[in-house]
Amino acid sequence: MITKTIAGISNALEGIQSGMTIMLGGFGLCGIPENLIKAIADSSLRDFTCISANVGVDNFGLGLLFKEKKIKTMIGSYVGENAEFERQMLSDEIEVILTPMGTLAEKCRAAQMGIPAFYTPAGYGTEIAEGKEIRTFNSKNYILEEAYKADFALIKAWKGDYAGNLIFRGTAKNFNSIMSGAAKTTIVEVEELVPAGSLDPNEIHTPGIFVDRIFQGGYYEKKIENLTNRDH
Amino acid sequence: MPLDKNDIAKRIAQELQDGFYVNLGIGIPTLVANYIPENLEIEFQSENGVLGMGPFPFFGEEDADLINAGKQTITTLPGASFFDAATSFGMIRGKHIDLTVLGAMEVDHSGAIANWKIPDKLIKGMGGAMDLVASADNIMVAMMHTDQNGNSKLKTKCSLPLTGVQCVNRIVTNLAVIDITKNGFLLKERAPDVDIDQIIQKTEGNLIVPDYVKEIVLN
Repeated sequence: MITKTIAGISNALEGIQSGMTIMLGGFGLCGIPENLIKAIADSSLRDFTCISANVGVDNFGLGLLFKEKKIKTMIGSYVGENAEFERQMLSDEIEVILTPMGTLAEKCRAAQMGIPAFYTPAGYGTEIAEGKEIRTFNSKNYILEEAYKADFALIKAWKGDYAGNLIFRGTAKNFNSIMSGAAKTTIVEVEELVPAGSLDPNEIHTPGIFVDRIFQGGYYEKKIENLTNRDH
Repeated sequence: MPLDKNDIAKRIAQELQDGFYVNLGIGIPTLVANYIPENLEIEFQSENGVLGMGPFPFFGEEDADLINAGKQTITTLPGASFFDAATSFGMIRGKHIDLTVLGAMEVDHSGAIANWKIPDKLIKGMGGAMDLVASADNIMVAMMHTDQNGNSKLKTKCSLPLTGVQCVNRIVTNLAVIDITKNGFLLKERAPDVDIDQIIQKTEGNLIVPDYVKEIVLN
């Protein structure tokens, strides 16, 4: 059996260097690799290009990396809800590349699946299409978009086994499963790490072949960004 | 009387058909879920990766792993499923979603929509809006007819950065229901006791007014 386990957060970041491109799973604060983000925030690493759907909130999630000025270029889709990010964007301290969310997802999936580029209708006729190849299929116009090229993917799963097989929970699957294997090296933190054979192969969402390193995260805050309840 | 936001949602809910898969945007569109006719089976999709969304959770029953695209805590209904974002947008791009309801800053009479950016003022990103408007066949916009300064949000040509072109089918505002046709806006219905002159006056762009325009009926 091939084993992907590493000791823990202490050696999880091995090989990550300043200036690299890293993709981070999660949507809002849901399913983010909390332990890996904190470790990078606490490190001396900097000048990253980050690919992630959102930018966290002030003082949590990706917000920790903006607070510590770790990010030089942000590639994301919806970037509201973080005042420090907005300040850095408006003062041109960081470069921001906004991408339609489905295109961002597909650029991850394409990288994972070995597809160099694909056509999508999203953004045709808008500033997103500027400078990109346009083609018409069946009388509809499409933009050519290329797969991401990233050095590391930082992933959070609910359960994983020593072989790197992953199971996600609820809407925390989001970008985590499609970023697994989409970078040169994929590092996964899980809430619960179990021996190979403990998970039912029928229930695996992401096979271990897409994972390079796996460890159990020390602690999960799992903050809620927008708590909404009903009264009755 | 012009409609309020809940009334706009009620009017849009009349467009729902049994068996529809529906994606609701943030803002007024979210309210549509409160007015589903009882005899219809509808499933709501949220593009972050859930189909079969239920109401918000009771206090204390929220789950950090269970949110919608507005990052609100949600619940699921029997028959729900979770999936990754690529699959989610595959449902959208692949035209498996029957109705998409979005908010907008501007819509023009060619069916273009702007709802993601005000240069130098508001840059929150497009999220899934560009994928939704470029893909879905049935796109409805829910918005107020005019902005805070009284200017028409229906335009001859959108002035803000576009989200998509030739995509909006129908607009429901506080004043009217308006379809987008080859020849521009077509007035379909007017809000109760709102006269047509007022709608004409508050609509920029080519507005076709038929001889008879029925009143919006809310249940």
